[in-house]
Amino acid sequence: MIYDQARWTRGASEKRDGNGDESEGESEEGGEGHGKGSVYEPLLAEKRSREVGVASSLPDDLTRDSLELPALAEPELARHYTRLSQTNYGVETGPFPLGSCTMKYNPAFTEDLAALPDAAIHPERSAASTQGTLELRYRLQEYLARIGGMDSVTLQPPAGAAGEFTGILIARAYHEHRGERRAEVVVPESAHGTNFASAALAGYEVVELPAGEDGRVDLDALDAAVGAETAALMLTNPNTLGLFERDIEAIADVVHDAGGLLYYDGANLNALLGRARPGDMGFDVMHYNVHKTFATPHGGGGPGAGPVGVVDDLAPFLPTPQVRAVEQDRREPDGGADGSGTEGSAGSTRYERFAPAHSIGKVHGYAGNWPVLVKAYAYIARLGDAGLRDASAKAVLNANYLASRIDYEIPYGPFHHEFVASAGDRDAADVARRMLDHGVHPPTTKWPEAVPEALMTEPTEVESRATLDQLAAAFDRVAAEDDAVLDAAPERTSAARIDQTDAARNPRLSWHALDE
Amino acid sequence: MSGNGRETTTHSHSSGGDRGRDGEHGSPFAPHTPDETAAMLDAIGVEAQEELFDIPEAVAFERSLGIEPRSEREIGREVRGMLGRNDELVEFLGRGHYDAYVPALVDHLADRSEFLSSYTQYQPEVTQGFLQALFEYQSMLVELTGLAVANCSMYDAATALGEAATLARRVRETSGHRVLVPELLHGGRRAVLENYIAGTDAAVETYRHDDGNADLAALESQLDDDAVLVYAENPTVRGTIEEELAEIGALAGEHDALFCLGSDPVALSILAEPASVGADVAVGEASSLGLGASGGMGLGLLATREEYLRQVPGRLVGAGTDAAGRRAYTLTLQTREQHIRRERATSNICTNQAWLALRAAIHAAWLGPEGLCALAERCVTRPRDLAERLNTIEGCAAPVHDRHHFREFLVRTDRPAADVAADLEARGFAIHAVDETLVQVCITEANAAHVDDLAAAFEVVA
Repeated sequence: MIYDQARWTRGASEKRDGNGDESEGESEEGGEGHGKGSVYEPLLAEKRSREVGVASSLPDDLTRDSLELPALAEPELARHYTRLSQTNYGVETGPFPLGSCTMKYNPAFTEDLAALPDAAIHPERSAASTQGTLELRYRLQEYLARIGGMDSVTLQPPAGAAGEFTGILIARAYHEHRGERRAEVVVPESAHGTNFASAALAGYEVVELPAGEDGRVDLDALDAAVGAETAALMLTNPNTLGLFERDIEAIADVVHDAGGLLYYDGANLNALLGRARPGDMGFDVMHYNVHKTFATPHGGGGPGAGPVGVVDDLAPFLPTPQVRAVEQDRREPDGGADGSGTEGSAGSTRYERFAPAHSIGKVHGYAGNWPVLVKAYAYIARLGDAGLRDASAKAVLNANYLASRIDYEIPYGPFHHEFVASAGDRDAADVARRMLDHGVHPPTTKWPEAVPEALMTEPTEVESRATLDQLAAAFDRVAAEDDAVLDAAPERTSAARIDQTDAARNPRLSWHALDE
Repeated sequence: MSGNGRETTTHSHSSGGDRGRDGEHGSPFAPHTPDETAAMLDAIGVEAQEELFDIPEAVAFERSLGIEPRSEREIGREVRGMLGRNDELVEFLGRGHYDAYVPALVDHLADRSEFLSSYTQYQPEVTQGFLQALFEYQSMLVELTGLAVANCSMYDAATALGEAATLARRVRETSGHRVLVPELLHGGRRAVLENYIAGTDAAVETYRHDDGNADLAALESQLDDDAVLVYAENPTVRGTIEEELAEIGALAGEHDALFCLGSDPVALSILAEPASVGADVAVGEASSLGLGASGGMGLGLLATREEYLRQVPGRLVGAGTDAAGRRAYTLTLQTREQHIRRERATSNICTNQAWLALRAAIHAAWLGPEGLCALAERCVTRPRDLAERLNTIEGCAAPVHDRHHFREFLVRTDRPAADVAADLEARGFAIHAVDETLVQVCITEANAAHVDDLAAAFEVVA
């Protein structure tokens, strides 16, 4: 199988026949500092830009003098961005087995629903005039609570890390409410970097928890790490090696006996849908990554959403506002946070916002990434119970099948939705780059560190057996190739191997900086 | 070989005309046929999928979640019906979230799945397109702010402000714990800022406003060397344009506090550049381009001086060179970030709002410099005209502040503001009730065609 990323490259022929077609469209600014043929696609500003004097009815001292920005016609822009899209790899391009990232197909119909005109409302509309939005939010809160085995859910955190931060702020508020100040959050050494950073942002010392030889939490190490200063233990399950923490009940006891809370990082929830729930395992607070588990698009880095679920004891600390349902004949005297929404149509449920009694306040200026939440609701509704259970079954099946087809050492098991293979004596990043030349997106590399030169691989349920075979072939072909080939990879991609060290040493972060 | 294509007998078809696989039998987005599943299990060496799970019985969940699977068509009907219960109001709402007119090109290009379904650009050789688009976005913000470094997004203006405060704590040479913000600050931004500094010994304090602008004397009296950040907005949450930004910047500088200015890309296209008034950090809501009203989803802008480069939160795209000697783009200076630096990272942010940055950049490019400046100028003249008009209505006085305005302004009403807002809502208009006697009206491209109707409604209810 041969792969080549679709491309036509301005001036690309120059390298081969010395006669690049460069002139058209290269702008006023284009040539300086970078010679002919030195770019794949000129920047907008290099195609055409214009400086205009700012003419305003405002007094001059309140305005800027001029503004210089790209000035292209619509057809030129259409081609510019279409061309850029052709040099970008997405889930609809091919398999995307990034470990702990759950890159699923994003169902097309969810996009249409998020784009409905009735969804396009301002966040500060009255509750009475936005009953539909509040109902959808309420229903999604309920769905997520059921899936996680939690009692209450906030949809406000705009990403997974924001969810972690929210959860740790809730833990902190909970302890403070009980008159306790605890200083530490315990995080396994193999955890996602955001766990450490979120705990630190909330003001905690991070205590790193070494793993046991089997790749799971070591109960003796846990006993040593947890104590009177422990505010929470942050855990993902299955862990980043794909292993289920079999001792989860004992782990929960250790943390709870010390007065701490157990936090679930939802990054790997796709392995457990409808089969096991964090709430049933003893977790007190968790976040969901809807852009992973519930198939909303990653959008090249975001927006995602990181709802947080909690058990009843923690519900009073959730961010404000929350949404609740009120039966029509009941008049709630308390808690109507925004003072609106007391009217409603007869014979139906009314939805209202309220501020939890001891709310931590806000983690987003409004109510989070609303359109993303619409997509997540539609996805969960599409799958239902059986579909969610099947998604986790096929995700775990695919990971195990792929693992069985590749000629790499996989030190830890039994794994679930993801496995961590070792590139052995090769640099995992080089292996990954060479996999690009075989037409697939590579796994996550060099993490977790428990596996040397880690290739953390999560194919998700959306890949067919044929695609998994293609992925396995890419793994194995790279394993059989010479070091020199790997060192030079990738060579069939839109850009050749990029010198990232040099880019960091000499940062050029805007077109203004290119000529420096 | 396609799983779905060969599937003919195993699954019933749902009434909605959907594909054969429906939720009753499994995920409609898993391509496996029963034969393939069986062959894969065989290859692994197990009998059933359940054998692959290592979940102790005590924590296994064997009940139903009670979520009924529905067809695509049924869910469409359900969600349309549900959202259809939102009243159809013409929104004259702003205060940080704006309903822009977004040209069709933005949707059509940004919705290309190569962009929408892609991941963070950790493999730059196959993500040059998105990286270049983000580099272009950063460049536009550099032009608009006059500051040398712009990141490729925070979640929203509120979290960008929170990040600016933690940035200030890191870069300021002496310790300090006071973060000074205007008393006229959106409640959401204030609340988020409080949480972002909750892990430090810093505290938020407010300085007074005088007729919708910062009260410089009050600010000066509050400033001392314990101040670590002074924040101002232009325009303010009430739509007023600050007239003495350079003075605020100078006051902050005298006490070695960072000056952070909040704005948005439309306003910045004609208002003074943050750098020119001494701002060390610019934050704000860049979703004023590329995104209409969207329930509060935002795009946090953050730009700063080059000297603070290594303390910037979030992702940065840089230009580099590939093995063919060509310019290529890559995420850079990643040692600032959580996946490498963990608890010592400049921020916990990972997933950001990249796709909205792409949308904002396409929108800005579509407008071009003339279009953007013209749009911004209409944000000055439209509220001026509307305020003048509402001021002629018995029971209304507008604008309340004797200032220039951007997009929005206050109206003082003789009747209680909440009553005026409620009565307008009954007539199909949404406005802000700010306090007992003040309402706020925001006018953008999206609602400008309804100004006559709004004025007529004010005549009746005011």
